[in-house]
Amino acid sequence: MAAILSRVRHDTYPKTDNAITEPRLIRWLLILVAISFLGLFLFMPLVAVFVEAFKQGTKLYFATFEDKYAVDAILLTLKIAAISVPLNLVFGLAAAWVITKFSYRGKSLLVTVLDLPFAVSPVIAGLIFVLIFSTTHGWLAEPLKEYNIRIIFALPGIALATVFITLPFIARELVPVMQAQGKDEEFAALTLGAGGWRTFFTVTLPNVKWGLFYGVILCNARAMGEFGAVAVVSGNIKGRTSTLPLYIETLYNEYNGVAAFTLASILSLLALLTLVLKNFVDWRVAKSRNNQDLNLSLFTFPPFTRPLAALPHEHPCPQHP
Amino acid sequence: MSIRALNIHKTFGNYKALDDVSLEVPEGRLVSLLGPSGSGKTTVLRILAGLEFPDPKTGATIEFHGEDVTNLSAGKRGVGFVFQHYALFKHMTIERNIGFGLRAKPRRERPGDEAIAARVKELLELVQLDGLGKRYPSELSGGQRQRIALARALASQPKVLLLDEPFGALDAKVRKDLRRWLRLFQEEIKITTVFVTHDQEEALELADEVVVMNNARIAQVGAPQDVYDNPVSPFVIEFLGNVNRFTAGVSKPSKSQATEGKSVLYVRPHDVDIRLTDENPHDYAIRSKIQHIFSAGNYARISLDRIGYNEPFEAEISREKLRQLDLKVGMIVSVVFRHIRVFAKGQFKESNVREDGQLVEVAG
Ligand SMILES: Nc1ncnc2c1ncn2[C@@H]1O[C@H](COP(=O)(O)OP(=O)(O)OP(=O)(O)O)[C@@H](O)[C@H]1O
Ligand SMILES: [Mg+2]
Repeated sequence: MAAILSRVRHDTYPKTDNAITEPRLIRWLLILVAISFLGLFLFMPLVAVFVEAFKQGTKLYFATFEDKYAVDAILLTLKIAAISVPLNLVFGLAAAWVITKFSYRGKSLLVTVLDLPFAVSPVIAGLIFVLIFSTTHGWLAEPLKEYNIRIIFALPGIALATVFITLPFIARELVPVMQAQGKDEEFAALTLGAGGWRTFFTVTLPNVKWGLFYGVILCNARAMGEFGAVAVVSGNIKGRTSTLPLYIETLYNEYNGVAAFTLASILSLLALLTLVLKNFVDWRVAKSRNNQDLNLSLFTFPPFTRPLAALPHEHPCPQHP
Repeated sequence: MSIRALNIHKTFGNYKALDDVSLEVPEGRLVSLLGPSGSGKTTVLRILAGLEFPDPKTGATIEFHGEDVTNLSAGKRGVGFVFQHYALFKHMTIERNIGFGLRAKPRRERPGDEAIAARVKELLELVQLDGLGKRYPSELSGGQRQRIALARALASQPKVLLLDEPFGALDAKVRKDLRRWLRLFQEEIKITTVFVTHDQEEALELADEVVVMNNARIAQVGAPQDVYDNPVSPFVIEFLGNVNRFTAGVSKPSKSQATEGKSVLYVRPHDVDIRLTDENPHDYAIRSKIQHIFSAGNYARISLDRIGYNEPFEAEISREKLRQLDLKVGMIVSVVFRHIRVFAKGQFKESNVREDGQLVEVAG
């Protein structure tokens, strides 16, 4: 009897404070599956990139950077990032602001549309831009030809496609942060006489700076790494419209493995740096949150400046007869 | 600066949050807006502040000291607003928080850095938190934060102070202390103040005048004592202070009030008199059993049950009397309602029950 009881006790109150506990075997199995997946699909490719890049020594690794086309690709990628990230910074802030600070009809539609770049295949996104801006068969072919503006197979097209692909990144990071923030601080600024811009720059922005920062680094990583949409709109002209990811593919197709992996290692480093920065942001946010919850018992009450007799009566109800 | 708000209507979607609310606050007075949750108190305050605007084309006007401010934006109205959850700027020091309004002024009116620093220091002294200027809001207690919020609201010398449940997030003790402090403070600087609360004790203790709100409308306006003593509706009497409620016909006194239709009898706990059963009983003595006794401070709160009717009610007697009568749980006592109010046909009738067992109607 006692044995049964103790077993019941044991079953009802598992040793771990986790309410959900699986038998040990299953737990280990799950962990094993997770780790092998991570190893197989994330860690190994990353290692492989560096192994392949350095396979024939550091000398050949650095020789890659003497290739004029490689340097052009790197510069173009930096240019594209420098154009599209600021544009999306402005757009992301505006979109997050409009989504969180006002309520109006059609708001959920806006939120859905914002996710479109996630849902659409990048190749299709690229094709749409070609369809619109191509000087041979695009919708805007006539005016573009008339004013001699090149968008497709040129830098504007690449920037456009990149902006489209990275559109949701910053807004998506900001919306939850701004939602948690609420509107009270902005209302306070308003009653204190601050105008819209001042409120935005001195109250709203500092409160979301870490979310914004994280959105920017994610957006940047994606802008530099985008392949599909850019491949369609750029035409992949070596030295002119070939971005880093496109040039890596070209090199690989030309059986130039070392050079391809060398350039790939730069993008991999960018990814690693992004993750490090993300962790840093998480740590900062956690730190400031802890600070806010800190309930210091510093309360010191001011001494009364007048005799207590002047105070309103303690009892809220009128006196009894 | 006096406040006058006339015919305020406010609709959110299909929901009518304010239905023809008018409100007047004389210069230098402290008025409490009191009402249950969702009655529209915050909405009134936000409309006064210019954070929200009345429905258009409903003839609403808001005047500060006779000047029409109905269409003025929040920043131009010169109001100080204190929020329930402080709404301090988290990433700024206390000094920066308090100085925010002064720094936000247009260049011509903006004081110099030294003048701002001096004013901030003065305000910190005013709210008795000098020395905390370099801290961040997260490093202060709730009560301290709310006083900083008050200092910030006062920095630009507003003409009107609006407080939305400023002590709602604080614990009972701190709340009580701050309430008194605010009262003294308001008397000293004589700023026209509107104070929102759903705590009736807070409203009655603080205000020169109480505006009771219910369901998007104003239920009653008056001095705290007046509203407490002469409620105009069952809602007000039930919302303000404790009251025992009996439906008509069940209790003896209401029978004599030639009542038709539904009527309700109200007795405040402190108008319930308890005697021992063998003392000369009369028509209006009700035999009841003591269920529970709780005494704190000067008063004892006694839960009773009317024998044979299963009608629980409460009495409040002095501790002294409790000792004299030597009341114990389970005792059968005789209870007299000294002062009763019967609500029938849309109005109250007040009566006293005299010592000799006579019912006397109170005129008025
Ligand atoms: N911006 C808004 N949009 C839609 N409905 C609103 C809005 N603001 C207030 N309401 C509604 O108006 C009603 C009154 O709200 P209000 O905030 O004025 O109540 P309150 O008396 O301050 O209540 P509490 O004591 O809970 O703060 C509520 O039913 C609320 O849901
Ligand atoms: Mg409210």
